[in-house]
Amino acid sequence: MTATHKALSLPGLETAYDALATAIDEVGAGKTELFLVKLALLNANALGDPEQFQQHLQAALKDL
Amino acid sequence: MHQPTTDPRPSIYYSYKVFQPWLPSANPAQQKQPVVIAGSGPAGMVTALELARHGVASVVLTPELQFSQGSRAICFTRRSMEILQQVGVADRMTEGGLPWRFGNSFYRGQRVFRMEAPHDADDRFFPIINVQQQFMEEYLFDACAASPLIDFRWGNKVTQVTQKNGFAEVQVDTPEGEYTLQADWLVAADGGRSPIRTALDLKLEGASYEGFFVIADIKIDLPLPTERLAYFDPEWNPGNTILMHREPHGIWRVDYQLPEGETPEEALQPESMKTRINAQLKMIGHEGTPWQMDWSSVYSARTLTLPDYVHGNVIFTGDAAHLLPIFGVRGANTAFQDAQSLGWHLAFLLKGLAGPKLLANHSTERVGAAREIIDEAGKSTRFMAPPSRGFRLLRDAVLSLSLSQAFVRPLYHWRTSRPHEYAGSMLNSAGDDNALFRAGPAHGAPPQNIRLSADDFLLDHLGGAFDLLYFTEAAAIPEPLQAVVAATRQRGIPLRVVAVGAAHPVTGADLTLADADGHFRHRYGVQASGAGYLLRPDQHVCARWLTLDANRLQAALNTALPQ
Repeated sequence: MTATHKALSLPGLETAYDALATAIDEVGAGKTELFLVKLALLNANALGDPEQFQQHLQAALKDL
Repeated sequence: MHQPTTDPRPSIYYSYKVFQPWLPSANPAQQKQPVVIAGSGPAGMVTALELARHGVASVVLTPELQFSQGSRAICFTRRSMEILQQVGVADRMTEGGLPWRFGNSFYRGQRVFRMEAPHDADDRFFPIINVQQQFMEEYLFDACAASPLIDFRWGNKVTQVTQKNGFAEVQVDTPEGEYTLQADWLVAADGGRSPIRTALDLKLEGASYEGFFVIADIKIDLPLPTERLAYFDPEWNPGNTILMHREPHGIWRVDYQLPEGETPEEALQPESMKTRINAQLKMIGHEGTPWQMDWSSVYSARTLTLPDYVHGNVIFTGDAAHLLPIFGVRGANTAFQDAQSLGWHLAFLLKGLAGPKLLANHSTERVGAAREIIDEAGKSTRFMAPPSRGFRLLRDAVLSLSLSQAFVRPLYHWRTSRPHEYAGSMLNSAGDDNALFRAGPAHGAPPQNIRLSADDFLLDHLGGAFDLLYFTEAAAIPEPLQAVVAATRQRGIPLRVVAVGAAHPVTGADLTLADADGHFRHRYGVQASGAGYLLRPDQHVCARWLTLDANRLQAALNTALPQ
C-alpha cells in the first residue's frame, strides 16, 4: 500500500481488529456477508479513491 | 394459408377495430418496390412515415388485422415525442397522455430516492408521457393511412426471405394464399422474436438475465399522482422488486419480479396474480380497493444487439435489431430513434444523394447507440434484478445503507433512456469549430429546443431536411453561402436556412427568428454574428462554426453525404 501516512498505528489496528470481530459476532452468521459488504462500501466511499479500492480488492483476493 | 384472428382483442379500455386483409386478387400485379417493411409496430410505422416525408414509397406488411394487444410500451420520452412530432402524431399523444417527471424508490416503507427529471422552459414536451401502445399505434397508423406513399397491408405475413443480387424477395402469405414481393430494401421491423432474423440465422450478442417479471395492467382508482414507483425487497415479495405506473383511462401497470424458480406459467395463474396484486395494494395502503385485470404478460431482461443492422438488402430495426430491458423505458423509445435514423439514411441512398456508405453509417451509429444503452441498462438491470450472489449482496447492502447513508442513494437512479449523441459519426464535419464552442449542442447531439413564444418552439420548424441555423443581424444571408445553398438544392438535397437574430426577415433565409433577448444565441453558445449550425435531417448536429463561410459549409455537406 502506498498511502503510508494514512495507515493505522498498531494500537489503532488492534482496536479495529477487536471492533470488527465483535461486530461480526454481534450480527451473526446469517447477516455477516451483508454487514461486511456494507462496511466495504462505506470504507470505499470514505477512501474516495477508486484505484486504491481496486488495489484493496486485489490484495484481499490473494491467498484465500 | 395465413388466417389471422378476426375476433377483436379483449380490453377494458380500448375498442379494437378489425381491419380488412389486403388481398393480392383485389390488387394489380406486384412490381418491385423500393422499400418493403415487415412489421407495423413503432419501428415499422415510423420508418414508413419518415421515408414518406422524404418522398420514398413503402409497403408495410403486418400479419395481424388489428393493433397489438395490451398496453406494452407505456412511457415515451421527450426525444420520442420530438420524433413523433416530426411524423405528425405528437399532438394526439399529448391529448390523452399522462406527463410526468418524478420517480420514487421505496425500501422498508421509506422513500429512499426521489428522482426529478429535468424539465426546461425551452422544452415543449415533458421528460416522459404515459400512453398505452395501442393508442400510439392507432395514431401512427392514421398518419400512415393518410399518406399516399404508404401501402399498408393488414393480414400479410412474411413467410420467406431470399437475398437476390441487389434486392430482396419475400413470400407473403394472406388469407387467400401467397404472393411474391420484391424490394430494393427489406426493413425487418418484425419485433423481438423477429422471424426474419431467425430465417437469416443471425445471432444477437450480449447478455440475458434470468429473473422474470410479471407485467399486469389493472383497472383501479388510486389517488396517486403520475410518478414512477419502485419498491425494493418488500415483505410480500422478499428480495424482489415491484414497479408501478399510472396509465391513461384508469389503468395502472404493476410489474413484479418472480421468486427464483417460479415458472412464468405458474406466475400467470389468476389466483397467483390476484394474491400478489392484493399484497402490493395492501403494502401501499390501498388494501381492498376493487380492481379488474386487463392484460398481463411475462418478461425477462435481455441486453442483446445484432452487431450489424444491414445484411445484404435486409435492414434490421427496433426490437428485431436489439432487445433491451424495460428498466429505463428503452424499447419503443430506442425504436423511434432507430426508425428516424433509418428513414433519412435510406431515403437519401435511394434518391442517389449519397452512396452505400450512408447506410453503413446508419448501422454503425445505431449499433453504437444500442451498445451504449446496453451498457447503461445492464447497470439498471443488475440493480433491479441481481443476476448473481455477488450482485444481490451488493444490491442488498445498498438498500440497507440507503436508509441512513445518502451517498448510495443515486444508485437507485434507473438511467432513463436518452437520445444517443453521435459524437464519433463519420458525418460530423472535421474542419469546423465544434471544439471551440463553450455551450450548445455538440457534434452528433440532438438540438436544444428553444421556446420562441407561448406555443412556438424551434423544433416545430426543424427536421426532414438539412437545416442550417445561421446567426446574423444582417439583412441578407451572405451571397457565397446563398450560392452553396442554391447549388445544394439543385442537386436535389433538401436544405433549409433559418436565420437567427435579425428583427426583419433575412433575404435568403426560409425562416427568420428574431431572438430579441439573445436567449437562443446564448443557449447555442453563439457570441457573434456569422456563426452557424448544420443539422442533419434527423436534427442531430453534424457541424457548427463560430464563423461560417461558403467553403466550410460545402465541406460539411460533402462529409454528411458520403458518396
